[in-house]
Amino acid sequence: MPKYLLATFQDEVRSPMPQGEDVAKIYNQVAALQESMVEAGVWVFSGALTAADSATVVVAENDAMSMTDGPYAEAKEQIGGFSVIEVDHLDEALEWARRGSTACGGWPIEVRPFMDGPPS
Amino acid sequence: MFADIYRREVGRCTATLVRVLGDIDAAEEAVADAFAAAAERWNANGIPQNPGGWITTTSRNKAIDRYRRDSNRRQQQRNASYLEKGEPTMAPELGNLDVVEDDQLRLMFLCCHPALSPDAQVALTLRLLGGLQTTEIARAFLLPESTLAQRLVRAKRKIRDTHMSHRLPTPHDLPARLPSVLGAIYLIFNEGYTASEGEDLARPALAQEAIRLGRLLARFLPNVPETSGLLALMLLTEARRLARTDRDGQLVRLADQDRSSWDQALIAEGHGIVRRCLQLREPGVYQIQAAIAAVHTDALVAADTDWPQILALYNQLLIFRPHDIVKLNRAIVVAEIEGPKAGLEAIDSLQLDRYYLFHATRAEFLVALGDQNAALTSMRRAIELTKNQSERLHLQRRHAAVSKQLSQ
Repeated sequence: MPKYLLATFQDEVRSPMPQGEDVAKIYNQVAALQESMVEAGVWVFSGALTAADSATVVVAENDAMSMTDGPYAEAKEQIGGFSVIEVDHLDEALEWARRGSTACGGWPIEVRPFMDGPPS
Repeated sequence: MFADIYRREVGRCTATLVRVLGDIDAAEEAVADAFAAAAERWNANGIPQNPGGWITTTSRNKAIDRYRRDSNRRQQQRNASYLEKGEPTMAPELGNLDVVEDDQLRLMFLCCHPALSPDAQVALTLRLLGGLQTTEIARAFLLPESTLAQRLVRAKRKIRDTHMSHRLPTPHDLPARLPSVLGAIYLIFNEGYTASEGEDLARPALAQEAIRLGRLLARFLPNVPETSGLLALMLLTEARRLARTDRDGQLVRLADQDRSSWDQALIAEGHGIVRRCLQLREPGVYQIQAAIAAVHTDALVAADTDWPQILALYNQLLIFRPHDIVKLNRAIVVAEIEGPKAGLEAIDSLQLDRYYLFHATRAEFLVALGDQNAALTSMRRAIELTKNQSERLHLQRRHAAVSKQLSQ
């Protein structure tokens, strides 16, 4: 069965991480959704990420490595969390994404299929 | 004859083969092979009783041939690869070839999946269901062939990579899936009815394909009134196509059209659908636009047009679609009822500076108010903005006529 990445994106500058009761509410909604995914037998993995400024980018250069502070993409919108699910087809993945977006209070969710194998 | 059969059967055969083979590229190849074989065979032996059935069976056989030819090579590849998945599930013995009415609908919903861009939806629908060649679609939309080919390749890859389902939508997801199908069909129709660019005012083949798809969809969803509304809108618009151009191919405005050349059969069919829609009491944008077209086609002469009824319909349309273009069309109706001054006031605040019909409409209001100089300025702006040759010639003729008036 095909696997899909469901990633939430948020603009950390313009809409800062929710605080207090809001964050608890979203946390509970997302946890409930994850439970539904497990019950439906589609859940593979999920997690929420810390703010993008905690990221480090590593590049291997011959034997050495270089590191830079901050996220790789200079985009305003950064990935905030993700789930990996395994379902029959795209429409089911899209329906889980709709529920995910609702649970996060309307954040956009990007749906991307995993490759079946090496690129053909 | 052969071209007629191709047009009639290619969408249905492709749709059935997509279901049987589970692969769009394989289906396209097989159907193309079968039509090539038909061109040869039918020349010598005559056309079979059931050409569609012949094409479908031959397509399947061609697909099996290809599968067998390739299977050795694939077997070697598979052995060399660590990958077992991703192999097409097609096997020669697979697939029920009975023509299933749903096949074309299934393919329509796949081509118009909202996860694909509207451009891609239109291109795929015309390629797979309309059987148009890439060059023909490119020509219809005045795009380089390579752009269109790329668009098709990318769309088909997305369908494959994302494992888009070939099933029909359930009643639960129909509301999310239907608008893009209706939208794509209407886009195809409009491009056929008023080509946005180029020399021909219309490309009838596109409009006819859109109507064919609209009929299929309306038959499949008889209780979804917007589906019937779209069909009625297309029929009532198409009914006036011949009257829209004069013998020189010049545009003729609705008020000046020879109404005896309107297609009465299409009008009667469209009116019947509009009446049935009204009974369902679930209005929507296509139904309201169809009702407007129905009121226009009810008038035997332009002067008999029931403008207050049309104004009421535009007011209703604005609730669903509060856009400036709707307001512009409504203003034309307001001008018919209350005069050009009221029309001009109604369009004053619209943000349509880039839209040629805004300036063309404004110009006509100004002409009626006697401000020919301002009218000419608006006409020149409209001429600058339109890309359709017929529309431009019409505007140029109006410009010349008003200039002449002014110099007298």
